[in-house]
Amino acid sequence: MESAMPIIMVVVKVLLVIVAVLTFVAYLTLIERKVLGWIQVRVGPNRVGPWGLLQPLADGAKLLLKEEITVSGANKAVYILAPLIVVVCALVPFGVIPFAKGLGLESILGPSVSKYDLNTGVIADINVGILYIFGISSLGVYGVILGGWASNSKYSLLGSIRAAAQMISYELGLSLSVIGVLLLAGTLNLVQIVESQDSIWKWYIFRQPLGFLLFLIAGSAEIARTPFDLMECENELVAGYQTEYSSMKFGLFYLGEYAHLLFLSALTTTLFFGGWQGPFLPPILWFLMKMFFFVFVFVWIRGTYPRLRYDRVMTFGWKTLVPVGIFNVMATAFIYTLYLQYWRA
Amino acid sequence: MEAVLFYALAAVTLISGVFVVFLRRPVHNVLFMILTMIGLACLFILLHAEFLAMVQIIVYAGAIMVLFLFVIMLLNLDEIVMPPEHRRVRYGIGIVLAMMLVVFLIPVSRGMLSAPPTGASALPAGMTNTEIIARELFTTYLLPFEIASVLLLAAIVGTVIIGKRPTR
Repeated sequence: MESAMPIIMVVVKVLLVIVAVLTFVAYLTLIERKVLGWIQVRVGPNRVGPWGLLQPLADGAKLLLKEEITVSGANKAVYILAPLIVVVCALVPFGVIPFAKGLGLESILGPSVSKYDLNTGVIADINVGILYIFGISSLGVYGVILGGWASNSKYSLLGSIRAAAQMISYELGLSLSVIGVLLLAGTLNLVQIVESQDSIWKWYIFRQPLGFLLFLIAGSAEIARTPFDLMECENELVAGYQTEYSSMKFGLFYLGEYAHLLFLSALTTTLFFGGWQGPFLPPILWFLMKMFFFVFVFVWIRGTYPRLRYDRVMTFGWKTLVPVGIFNVMATAFIYTLYLQYWRA
Repeated sequence: MEAVLFYALAAVTLISGVFVVFLRRPVHNVLFMILTMIGLACLFILLHAEFLAMVQIIVYAGAIMVLFLFVIMLLNLDEIVMPPEHRRVRYGIGIVLAMMLVVFLIPVSRGMLSAPPTGASALPAGMTNTEIIARELFTTYLLPFEIASVLLLAAIVGTVIIGKRPTR
């Protein structure tokens, strides 16, 4: 029993995070529709339950009960695999996000918890956390590409080709925008990055404002939020790569999309806004507040900006985002080296 | 435990490698190649080389394979149908190349079989895998590292020049 304890605890932690993330994702759809409603001066969903609070449940039931269609001429194995890849690659990166300082498990399960180092508010405290995130998100692209290809439809194929080109282009900008933070923190470990931002002046938003801006733009392009959602652009491509999907397979794509949104907000909080750091309130509450603030910001952006034209998106990615990102990395490295050499000594 | 994991991962990697060669649909080949890359990355993790594992996934499984898939989708390659003529010649070339590979691999495999089995080497205290790689790259292997970066830059410039249509 004693030796099985660490494994059981890790499983408990994983389940806790998955359940929490899935619940948040369900309610993200409601938040998005409500906020968009207010932005567009209408009410938003309010029929199911008080203030529409049961709307996500109704949506889920609807998706489950719809007819499952596999298009004839689809490449069946890949067709089923694609939504699974999207969901898995959207959920797995949450494993390295530090949600809180401690989960407070010691008070429930006694001191044996601290012996196994299970009380940290992160599932896997790995040394290459940020690289792990980029690795998994670069695999997530396959779900979109393969889904569009396997549907055997022109709109889907065009959507997924757009997705492939856009995601490859913006992955570069996303990595470049984060390097500044990594240079200053001196580590790839997300837990240590959060710990290095222990007062508000040390938050990387103040030391890396340009990096933050680049991260926000490249991030929303990477998860295909509205100004950049050309792969599912309904007035040109019906629904892009998900045109031929129905029922729960469509639901999985949808879930993956919102999990990506939640993850991007969590990562923004972790990298630039001090993660769980904050006075008075418990760390987990700070983290959730900051995370949902960024969810709101992304919905706000969606309600404000129209979709860009495709060639503009690509030109911007390669000719603006990448050079500015390289400039940011070089300037950060230069100033930081000067600081280490002269001011600090 | 480690040995079991190693053999399982090695099996996945090798079997998907076999599928890469034998399947007829290019998209399936690419999918199994991705699986091979991920298997290799997991083997790196088993050797405590986390940094290499993640770079393997980002660069090979993430970026390069997306380009493969992109080209295959653009060309709309559905199934590879080998032409019936010259079948003998093709088999001959294949067998000769396989034999040559075996000949090249003999010294390597002899060295591997005679060496004592090793697991992951221990890290120096207080240093992560990433730090060690960074230190080695920027001290011991600085010159090859810089040469490789110049080579990559030249390749990028070359691609841009080829990709740019001459304007008249």
